[in-house]
Order: sequence, then structure tokens, then C-alpha cells
Amino acid sequence: MAKITLDNLAHSYLKSPQSEDDFALKELNHDWVDGEAYALLGSSGCGKSTLLNIISGLLHPSQGRILFDGKDVTHAPTAERNIAQVFQFPVVYDTMTVRDNLAFPLRNRGQPESYVAERVQEIARMIGMEDMLKRKAQGLGADQKQKISLGRGMVRKDVNALLFDEPLTVIDPHMKWELRTQLKKLHHDFGHTMIYVTHDQTEALTFADKVVVMYDGRVVQIGTPEELFERPEHTFVGYFIGSPGMNVIPAKVEGNRAYIDGTEMALANGYGPLNGKVELGVRPEFARLSQTEGLPVTVRRVEDVGRHKIIRADFFGHDINIIAGEDDRVSADMNRVHFDPSHVNVYANDWRVTPKVRTETVGAA
Amino acid sequence: MQKTVNQKAWFLVLPVLLLVAFSAVIPLMTVVNYSIQDTFGGQFYPLDDKLMWFSDLLEDERMWGALQRQLMFSGIILAIEIPLGIFVALNMPKSGFWSSFCLVVMSLPLLIPWNVVGTIWQIFGRVDIGLLGYVLDKIGIDYNYTQNTFDAWVTIIVMDVWHWTSLVALLAFAGLKSIPDAYYQAAKIDQANRWKVFRFIELPKMMGVLMIAILLRFMDSFMIYTEPFVVTGGGPGNATTLLSIDLVKMALGQFDLGPAAAFSLMYFLVILLISWVFYTVMTNLDKKGM
Repeated sequence: MAKITLDNLAHSYLKSPQSEDDFALKELNHDWVDGEAYALLGSSGCGKSTLLNIISGLLHPSQGRILFDGKDVTHAPTAERNIAQVFQFPVVYDTMTVRDNLAFPLRNRGQPESYVAERVQEIARMIGMEDMLKRKAQGLGADQKQKISLGRGMVRKDVNALLFDEPLTVIDPHMKWELRTQLKKLHHDFGHTMIYVTHDQTEALTFADKVVVMYDGRVVQIGTPEELFERPEHTFVGYFIGSPGMNVIPAKVEGNRAYIDGTEMALANGYGPLNGKVELGVRPEFARLSQTEGLPVTVRRVEDVGRHKIIRADFFGHDINIIAGEDDRVSADMNRVHFDPSHVNVYANDWRVTPKVRTETVGAA
Repeated sequence: MQKTVNQKAWFLVLPVLLLVAFSAVIPLMTVVNYSIQDTFGGQFYPLDDKLMWFSDLLEDERMWGALQRQLMFSGIILAIEIPLGIFVALNMPKSGFWSSFCLVVMSLPLLIPWNVVGTIWQIFGRVDIGLLGYVLDKIGIDYNYTQNTFDAWVTIIVMDVWHWTSLVALLAFAGLKSIPDAYYQAAKIDQANRWKVFRFIELPKMMGVLMIAILLRFMDSFMIYTEPFVVTGGGPGNATTLLSIDLVKMALGQFDLGPAAAFSLMYFLVILLISWVFYTVMTNLDKKGM
């Protein structure tokens, strides 16, 4: 187990990258605290797997250093890093039995056979394949093969970190939940540093202590699930996390007033002068439909998803979503929307702006 | 389920039946016809013992000798070409310009007609004017494929290896290319050494194409005629007289049509049998792979 430090790290797949756009992974400084469970969340192609492969040594970064407990391993081969990694698609050694597959990483490290047998048994129990140990891995289903891959990743106790690259994509939903629980338990029991790549927010939020959100080769926010929900640092985080995502509304902000299409709205905090593209971000959970309060809105559709209702509405020409409780009444004469001022964030060029003056009172300009 | 009976459907099979009859069955039957009769001066004479040519053939030392040489030839070239082809494929650049370059260069021998290959090596190995033969002679190695049995064998084997290893290499390369990167990455993570990567990833994934390569090379080498015939003509003596060379000698040299027909039928059956064995093994491998 180790603390993993990324120092000035960046990677480009091109030989001589010209601009920042050529980098699949933009400059990054980060410490992965020993023993924490991280989720690396982002849409496809945002550099998640690149980052993971750099940590495991399958890829050498174009610039910067990686340190394990302060020791530079930037150019160390994968084998020396003592890392376990599970890939998106199952990798099994077809000609071996399930048992030999699980034992493979241990045997390659020359562990005594008695220890190997004991570990294999333990892991087989964990992934629920005890009765299949004698079978050839060839001919098993995709989810069983993936369980073997997971097992192979977990079989070593002394790894520096466990990396998962969207490992549950091929597994069916109820097994997914079970395996994720197993992984959490494993983390709890052994305290490995774990990095779990996914594009599924539920998976990320339930698995990790800290979620690292990536967008376009950049880490845009690192935080607890709660922080990501309450204070998205980047409009992408707001949009990506939550279902539906945060409403992003272009506006003009002056002090503690926002003007949407010329209509004034009070903000909880004051802001300094802002340049560039200014937007308000407010989660559907903090928007409320009303008859009297707030700004005018046109309701287009109400979707009842069981636990709550999602109201799709038109707000000064922008699509917004509003979440109403299952028991909240939605009627035709509700043509105003009210945003909870303490949960309205202001974004300039997609990045969240920290309020300049903290004022509790909303009012006088 | 009730099936409609319509005997006219038989007519639909007719074209295929005719095609197969003219392309395979009728020519084959003429061979069968020859194999149970004696011919002399354009006349057919029925045999007392219908299977005489077959039983004669089975006691014919000359045929057994040719079969033995044939098996030895196929065995040796398989033992060289398969591992060599795999080795070449493993060491080829996986992508980019040099990969295409290697593929093109390696395909070249495959494009040369058999008798040209024979002629190339026939001249190449000559002591008086051939580059190989002359050089070997000059550096003091006694090499003469027309006189020495061992030299003749080495020549036809090296020729076949030169001509056909590319095929094995290309097939093996195709097999290797189909292995997803994740396998190699997982092997690195699992700290597998080079040998284990080959043994547990590359070889199993190549098995399918390798079986095809073995089958193709076996059948081709078992039926080989032109190249050794052009180089050695079956000599010195009978040293490189393989089955098909022997068959042609018998059918066209001596004009023993009856025995030659019996010979070809048995030759055909042996190839069919061996191909069937290969086929069975391959389909079983596939089934296990599902």
C-alpha cells in the first residue's frame, strides 16, 4: 500500500504535441491518499483510462513524475510497481482452469503453493466461484470471466494499489451490485488504495470516499459525493452528476443580483466583476414550481418517475428541469419557478466563482 | 409440423448434381474404371482378380519407399515451417510502415509459380553457375544435389521452407493481431514472463489459425510435385522420388494406367483420411473454444 503522487503529470499520444489540445491528459498534480477509495468519473474519452494506465505503468507519461510513497517510479515497468488492475473486458487465460487463473499472479511471484491454495480458495469464495475452480476458463460466460479477472486483481494482498477500469460494464445488474459491495468490503477489510474508473455516477458515488471528475483530459473536481452535489466546481460536474443534471442558465451577474434575459433575480452572495461566459447553475432539486414566487416559466412536460416528478420546462428560452416531490401538486396555473438562493452557484467560463462577499440577507442592492 | 410434399423439388437439385457429376464423379469414375482393368494398345482387358492392382501396390516396395520419403518430407517441413513461421510472426513489427513492408516482402515467395521456384533453386544450387552451389564449393563444402542424397534433400527442404514459411508466418501474424491489448496489459500486471505470455496468451489465441496452417502445409507438401521434380527429378536414384513423382513416372513414364489408377485412388484416400482427422480435431478445438 502506498501514497501515489502525481507531479506535473501530462500525457499526449502524439510524438510532438503542439498545443494543449493535443494532450489526452492535461497537466495534473494530485496525491492519492494511501488507503482511500477513489472513483474516477467522466464521460468516454476524457482521459480516465489514460491516467489509470500511467499509474499502472502500461503507459509512460509525456511529462511529469509519478511517485509511490515518495519514490519515483515514472519509468519503472509495471511489474516493479506491484499494482493490480482489472480491465473493462474480461481477460482470462483460456487454457488454464479457473483455479490456475486465480493463482497465476501469485505463482509468478513465486509464492509458496500452500499460500496460493489458501488465497485462491478465499478469493473464489468472495467471487462465488468455489464450485468452478476445476473448470477450464474457456467457455465461461462474460460475467464469470470478469469475476475471474476481478479475482486475479484481488488475489495479491501486498499490492500498492488496486485499479479498476470500468470493470462491471459486462456484468448484469444484480451481480454488479453484489460485486461492488464486495469491493467495498474488501477495501474496508484490507485498506488498499483503490481507484475505480467509471462513467456511471451511481457506481462512482456508492463506491468511493472521494470522486475525481474528469472532463476533456482535465481533473475538474475532486470531492466527496456531497461536495460534488452541493458545489460543482465546473458546469460539467453539475451536468454529469445528478439525474437530471444541474440547470445551467446564461445570466448577467452584478454584485448580488443576477439578470436573466433582463429579468432580475436575487442571489445569496455578492460577486465581483465577472468576465466571459457567465452562467447560473442550480440543481433541479433546488428549484420549485410556484404560483406566485419566482420568475416566469412554461411547463412543457411532467414525468413521473416514481419517487418524484421531473418537470421539463422552458425558462427564457432555455430548457430547465425541476424536481417536485411525489406528493407535490403540479397544476396548470403554476407558471413561476423559484430557485433556492443558497443553492444557486455562479459560473464564469464554466468554472464556479467563489462569492466575494458573504451576506446572509437577500435584498437591497 | 406438417411438411408439404412436392416431388418436383428434386429438379432443383439437378443442376448441382450435374455439376458435381461432370467436375468430380465422372472423372473419378474413369480412374476407378482403369484401376480394375488392364489396358494394352487402347484396349481394355478385364482382370481375373478385380483388385489385383491394389494388392500388387500394397506389396510394392517402390510405393512404400515413396510413401516413407513423402511422410519424412512432410514431417520435416512442418517441423521447420510451423515454429519458424511463429517465430517470424512474433518478431514482426505490429503496425506502421515496416509492418506492411514485411508483409509484402514475405508474400513475394508465395506469388512465384511452382515450376519457377523449382527452376530458381535448380540454378541457384548448381556448382558450376549457381550462386549457392558455387560459393559452397569455393569455401570448401562438398555440395552437389545431383549426386548426393543428403544434399538433394537439404535443397528441396530449404526450397520448400523458403517458399512456404511466409504462409505460416502470415497466418500466425493474423492470429497475433487479433489478440486485444488488454491481454498483454493483464499479463504485465500479473507479472507473467515472456514465455508465459507466449504459452498462455499467444499460443492459445493462435491455435485456430495454426491448425489451418498445419492442414494447408501438410496437404500441399503431401501432394508436392513440381518443385522437387524440377530440381532433382526424383534423384539421385530414387532418393527424392516422392509419391506424386512416383505416380507420374508410373502413369506417364511407363504408361501403366491400371496400377497408376489404383495408386492415385489410394493416394486420394490417404489425403482424405488425414484431412478428415485434421477437420475433426479442429472442430473439437472450436467446440471447446465456445
